[in-house]
Amino acid sequence: MADSRNNTKQAQVIDENLKRVYQDMLNEDVPDRFLDLLSQLKAQDSDEGDEGETAGAVRRGEGA
Amino acid sequence: MSGEPRDEIVQHLPAMRAFALSLTRNSALADDMVQDSLVKAWTKIHTFEPGTNMRAWLFTILRNTYYSNRRKAGREVSDADGLMTEGLSEKPAHDGRLQLADFRRAFAQLNDEQREALVLVGASGFSYEEAAGMCGVAVGTIKSRTNRARARLAALMQMTEDEALEMTDSATMAVVSGNRSTAAR
Repeated sequence: MADSRNNTKQAQVIDENLKRVYQDMLNEDVPDRFLDLLSQLKAQDSDEGDEGETAGAVRRGEGA
Repeated sequence: MSGEPRDEIVQHLPAMRAFALSLTRNSALADDMVQDSLVKAWTKIHTFEPGTNMRAWLFTILRNTYYSNRRKAGREVSDADGLMTEGLSEKPAHDGRLQLADFRRAFAQLNDEQREALVLVGASGFSYEEAAGMCGVAVGTIKSRTNRARARLAALMQMTEDEALEMTDSATMAVVSGNRSTAAR
């Protein structure tokens, strides 16, 4: 009885801690390098003249 | 919402970093892994099926990057910057609830596959079926990995709790018996 109660409590502690550790990692600020990288990749595609991509970029530019 | 799947990638950056951190337990390695995965995701966007779970697709790229690097290195990456085990000097909680530091330490002792399964199912909210698809294994394998991970964590944390109780007991005994030198140690 006491054992199963302890096990249930322990499973809850594990889940709470797991979510807390993961949430802490989720809450970290995303480094600029990743946003920069995505902008670079996007710019590269536009330079290469991918039509759909360029059109998309222009549309988004106008919307901004 | 844009119709361009690539524009959606940015929304998953925090989750990608969290998953990479939980795999590598090292922020520098995790960031390199995210960087590589972003380039792969961008160039292979045509393999993403619109309407399916983009986070699952990105996590699959991440884990493939991680395991391929691990194979090349021929070993598991160590906890070089102590990310998962930081704050180990914290005292055990008085109410017997385990401190986060104890959990982090136990979590870091799981093997990669167990930690991955637990993070995907227990923390990221993927179903067993989704996690199985991402890891390229049977659903039963994911279930057994998460069960073993939980059992291992429970055992490791129970050990910590017992140690804490023992410490409390010997300190109490020392005070009761008036043995100050024992109490100090």
